[in-house]
Amino acid sequence: MQNRFPLWKNLLILIVFLIGFIYALPNLFGDDPSVQVSFSNVSTVETAQVQQIEELVKQAGMTIKEVETGNGNILIRFNDTNDQLKAADLLRDRLGNDATVALNLAPATPGWLRAFGASPMYLGLDLRGGVHFMLEVDMDAAVKQAEERYNDDVRSALRDAKIRYQSVSQETGYIRVKLRDEEDTNAAVAVLDKDFSTLNIERPNVENELWLKITEAEQKEVKKFALAQNITTLRNRVNELGVAEPVIQQQGNNRIVVQLPGIQDTTRAKDILGTTATLEYRLVDVEHDVQKALQGRPPVGSRIYYEKNGNPILLDRRIIVTGDQIVDASSGLDQNNSPSVFVTLNGIGAKKMGKVTSENIGRPMAVVFVEYKVKTREVNGEKVRTKEKVEKVISVATIRDAFSKRFQTTGLDSTTEARNLALLLRAGALAAPVDIVEERTVGPSLGQDNIDQGMRSVMVGFVLVLLFMAAYYRVFGLVANLALGFNLVVIVAILSMLQATLTMPGIAGIVLTIGMAVDANVLIFERIREEIKNGNTPQSSIYAGYEKAFGTIFDANITTLLVALVLFGFGTGPVKGFAVTLSIGILSSMFTAILGTRMVINWIYGSRRVEKLSI
Amino acid sequence: MNIKTIDFLGKRQWAYIFSSLLLLVSIGSLATQGLKMGIDFTGGTLVEVAYQNAADLTVMRAALADEGFGDAMVQHFGSSRDVLIRLKPDETVSSAELSAQVVAAINKKTAEPAELRRVEFVGPQVGDELAEDGGLAMLYSMFGVLIYIAWRFEYKFALGSVAALIHDVIITLGFFSLFGLEFDLTVLAALLAVIGYSLNDTIVVFDRIRDNFRLLRQVGSEEVMNTSLNETLSRTLMTSFTTILVLIALAVLGGEIIHNFSVALLVGILIGTYSSIFVASPIVLALGITQKDLMVPVKEGTDVDDLP
Repeated sequence: MQNRFPLWKNLLILIVFLIGFIYALPNLFGDDPSVQVSFSNVSTVETAQVQQIEELVKQAGMTIKEVETGNGNILIRFNDTNDQLKAADLLRDRLGNDATVALNLAPATPGWLRAFGASPMYLGLDLRGGVHFMLEVDMDAAVKQAEERYNDDVRSALRDAKIRYQSVSQETGYIRVKLRDEEDTNAAVAVLDKDFSTLNIERPNVENELWLKITEAEQKEVKKFALAQNITTLRNRVNELGVAEPVIQQQGNNRIVVQLPGIQDTTRAKDILGTTATLEYRLVDVEHDVQKALQGRPPVGSRIYYEKNGNPILLDRRIIVTGDQIVDASSGLDQNNSPSVFVTLNGIGAKKMGKVTSENIGRPMAVVFVEYKVKTREVNGEKVRTKEKVEKVISVATIRDAFSKRFQTTGLDSTTEARNLALLLRAGALAAPVDIVEERTVGPSLGQDNIDQGMRSVMVGFVLVLLFMAAYYRVFGLVANLALGFNLVVIVAILSMLQATLTMPGIAGIVLTIGMAVDANVLIFERIREEIKNGNTPQSSIYAGYEKAFGTIFDANITTLLVALVLFGFGTGPVKGFAVTLSIGILSSMFTAILGTRMVINWIYGSRRVEKLSI
Repeated sequence: MNIKTIDFLGKRQWAYIFSSLLLLVSIGSLATQGLKMGIDFTGGTLVEVAYQNAADLTVMRAALADEGFGDAMVQHFGSSRDVLIRLKPDETVSSAELSAQVVAAINKKTAEPAELRRVEFVGPQVGDELAEDGGLAMLYSMFGVLIYIAWRFEYKFALGSVAALIHDVIITLGFFSLFGLEFDLTVLAALLAVIGYSLNDTIVVFDRIRDNFRLLRQVGSEEVMNTSLNETLSRTLMTSFTTILVLIALAVLGGEIIHNFSVALLVGILIGTYSSIFVASPIVLALGITQKDLMVPVKEGTDVDDLP
């Protein structure tokens, strides 16, 4: 029988429609303004904790819509943003350092839909507001830091082997070791060759000198490590900032993308993400005179630093502990009400600190704040970016008695500085400095505007096409309209299922798809009209119309899909979003415009005598 | 055939003249004026702020100049309450502080505090990469199309359609250059979508030409193509019309951010519709397509029979 689908085909189409409808549905429910509380040290949240938080919020006079727990988080939903913001401030104050409080827009999908695993589309930053950063890791600096480490290691290796050296210094691209005589040089080569397999030892045409270069493989390793370490650190920092659903991803060999949806204070976010600030604890050199050191060469074991007020000070070259050994830090006020950071060291750091302080009671110790800053200078008309290591001594205090694991550091300018420093110390240092090479910030109001405008243009475009199709193709036009509606549902459902990110260009892609989706139906209907004009019966015209148009539709759509795939491959951000919706739209429009309309046309005209088609 | 047939190919010299004229103007404008590249490609900083009331740009410019942002471009964006500030990429200030400084600078002088709507910063190096990727995407998609059509149809068709695509892209770019519209990543995406769309149109026509070459054996190439163009004409116009309908909705209601995107699509689809009739087919004809080229048994018909 012509123009009748077997039962399975009808069922298949209807099932696809049903599934599409269910998975598209969550998008109609919107979001709840909510606060997400997570604890760094516990993986499961206890009921008592939840009740305590609930009480806190309720006592302050805010109405809670719902409280959920899961994944070590507590999610508190509110009816309006006002309550949400107030509650977040309150909880931040009360819960202290262990808890991270983040604002979130939680989808208000009803429970029965969530049981299907259905959730709404993920809105891109341009629609929900937020910040997108692309950070570039300074790999040269990473290698340079590695050289610095080797510099120290080589020195102590030579010392341990009792080989006397004139100097070990870090040059650009290599470490220069100067020795006294041939014998020592040979001995040094033997020692270094044994201990440092990652260094290439070169003997330049200078007597009793060795150049040590980091091997290619090791440089690669250093860079890989720097990137991985930086991603970990950034993740920690973002968690400290309190952002719900952040994205931190590697891109290429030396870049990291960070996306923070819904964040308001972008300046602070940038400060926190980009800074390399850390602390170093060093003993003050009291045996040598600073003024003399300033005039001539400083003593071998010491270096000149500057205090905040600009006074020079001589500090021991050897570091007692660095920021890496700090496991916890919190900010607060000390006895004199000046902002300070309370630091907890790890085992190794604590042991070293204990040893040094007990041996040096009465001697002053300095805290050095270390930061890499990017400076742009103009050289011969070209901008040159240079990294500068900024070191300032933030406090000098006399060691009164031995301490090890926990202590406090004062000398910070403000409570904000103390808070940020504590955060950075907790989150860990960046292995290499990073640079923001791209930033896109969308304010929350613009995000909402984009959603509104996007939705309005989808709707208006949609209705215009519906009207036009109905007017031009009558019954067949109405059927095509049904398919178009179905198409929209399927696109939204697929985007929701894939949890693809919907962006503004993505919406444009949907709009464009609506325009182009009717193409398949236009092709089919024009064919049917032709067949009728050629004197064929209505039934065989329908059959031939669908049949003959298929090849054309297929070819035309495949080439468009080809372009969409290229777009996806090369595109970044907005282009990618557009490519995704365009591809999904092309595929789903082929299904709905060919199979979907055919099913309905078959229901209307199939299996009966038809004199005339309303086309 | 009772409908009036239009002799498209007979008038092809007019199409040649028209297209050459458009191409000449486009290339001329691109050569002399170039494209107004957005910060996606040049690098730089863009800050969008909003006010409750109409904003006074002179005050804002002066405020920015006072703070050392003398070369900032300040303009209204969409409405008089929205303002767009652009800064050149070679600022010596670090990107992290720039947007905050800009907002602080204008807030000093304006009556009400600005609401920060959007910040975009693109480093110069990233800009270069985006431009390079965009160019590559364009080349690869054309190449992919060339191969696919050569495989599905014949190489003369492939050349004809790619020539039409290049025609469309150059004229759309020319339009952007001539009217000084900003060319950014979204416009690039639109341009690639135009390639897809224009191709769609061209293939529908080619498909019919191929069918008719096999069907109408006694007729010359020019007439076969003319018939095919006429047969597909109502479809070509219908589809373009519905697409243009939604694009107008997008251009008018979609907001400033995708305005240029919609304009690029509108222009591109108009040109693409024109080129699928007046450029692609005449070129295939000029390349000397004959019945013989398509007589090779191609088996598309068989593998689609069992599909609806």
